[in-house]
Amino acid sequence: MPVEFVKEKYNGAINTIEIGNGAKCVKIGGETTLPFLFEEGAMPNQPVIALEVLDTESPDQAIACGGRLLCVRLASIHPDNGNRPADEVIASLGLIFKKCGLPLIIVGCGDAEKDNEVLPKVSQAFKGENFLFGIATQNNYKTLAATCLADGHSIVAESPIDINIAKQLNILITDMGFDPARIVMHPTTTSLGYGMEYVYSIMERGRLAAFLGDKMLSMPFVLFVGQEVWKTKEAKDSIAQGVNWEIATAVSMLQAGGDLIIMRDPAAAKSVMKYIEMVMKK
Amino acid sequence: MIVIGELINGMYKDVGRAIANKETDIIQHLAADQVKAGATVLDVNTGPYSKDPKDDMKWLVESIQKVTNVSLALDSTKADVIEEGLKLVKKRAIINSTNADEAKMATIFSLARKYNAQVIGLAMDKSGVPNSKDRRIELAATIIAKAMEYEMDADDLFLDPIVLPVNVAQNQGLEILESIREFRHLCEPAPQTTIGLSNVSQGTQFRSLINRTFLVMAIASGLTSAIVDPLDKELMDAMITAELVLNKNIYCDSFLDAYRKK
Repeated sequence: MPVEFVKEKYNGAINTIEIGNGAKCVKIGGETTLPFLFEEGAMPNQPVIALEVLDTESPDQAIACGGRLLCVRLASIHPDNGNRPADEVIASLGLIFKKCGLPLIIVGCGDAEKDNEVLPKVSQAFKGENFLFGIATQNNYKTLAATCLADGHSIVAESPIDINIAKQLNILITDMGFDPARIVMHPTTTSLGYGMEYVYSIMERGRLAAFLGDKMLSMPFVLFVGQEVWKTKEAKDSIAQGVNWEIATAVSMLQAGGDLIIMRDPAAAKSVMKYIEMVMKK
Repeated sequence: MIVIGELINGMYKDVGRAIANKETDIIQHLAADQVKAGATVLDVNTGPYSKDPKDDMKWLVESIQKVTNVSLALDSTKADVIEEGLKLVKKRAIINSTNADEAKMATIFSLARKYNAQVIGLAMDKSGVPNSKDRRIELAATIIAKAMEYEMDADDLFLDPIVLPVNVAQNQGLEILESIREFRHLCEPAPQTTIGLSNVSQGTQFRSLINRTFLVMAIASGLTSAIVDPLDKELMDAMITAELVLNKNIYCDSFLDAYRKK
């Protein structure tokens, strides 16, 4: 007897966000279905892998990996890690941008005060480039949102594995006049073995609400997989194990609805890119 | 929740006057204000004093559609007046309404089929409004059976248990709430349910409070739409909160704003 599959149809869609300009512009989001269920809806844009480098690192290896975006973490501006001033960082970023020619995802150091001092200057220096800047949180979003709004960039809005705060932060940012279609949500990333299932369930809940028409949860997801995986003891014990750990975490996050996955290891990134090509074949 | 705005009704003195004098801007403001406040459908009723209800219906539908694109609930006891509106609507309309009388249902469901409209079915017949849950369910089932004959989808049917004023029929509150719950179990997929909410507070002193309290209780009983005054902000807030508590929307601190940004 033939088995008839139950198919869900939704009315809502995830926003499509463009990062960068012209031929190098990368689109993420736009889904009308849970990940890779092509019988139920569309995934007009393939999920994107971006390699992450620190602002003081050489980006050569990351660029060679063939990603369409590059993520630069401004680790060196942290008061405990060099406290580099904005103009030096802007110069480094200028070189990286020139070298890679890819749209950038620029992430602060995590020290709110220093980020609020440096990120607006960086944003202004790259005005009109349509980059993605992070990270806005519920307690610190105004400076970054205002500056991204003025300079035409998109923003990463982060919540602590909490769908209610994720929604609230999206409302707070849009209340400032920010286009909801320029927000990317970071639901907080955790690594395989460290509560990844909880992130997965939060993402799924947000997605289903978005498909039912909740505009304040219809943003694509970004996951910082690399930074989490390489903190774990499993990755620190053995590089080979770390690479596999990063692949497993990234693939799980793609299955949870990740649109943009930020990774650290080029070999792991390449494997996940191959995986995306495979699952996107209908 | 489908919110049907009730204010474009010639029964209200100022609206009746606007209809009589063909004052387009008054009607258009009323339409735009209700949609802005959260109405997803607008009820259109020419009122009891209209001298030419067909012409008034035509004028109302045309005027409203110039300023908003929400669906209209064409509200009249006369089928030819409703049809006048059905000819003009740009979006799928709701016919307001039929009761459980055989002849009335035949006329209304024919119209619904011809114009692909949804229908509000009142759980009453020529003997009047029932005073028990069981009788309401019997009449609702009669309406569903007739709708099926006309190949209507059950979820295009809005069953109305008929709300009575709390000061004259206080024993009916619970019967009505239980009817709403039972209506949802009458067929699969479940029919929609609706109420003319303001009737519950007719002739009472604290109308808004009674309206919103009853609305919340009805939503908890499974109500899927209501004919209301959407400009009553506290009523709308209570509705949004009730849906939140029932897990229809994901909580956030600004849940009222979030709902309105939909």
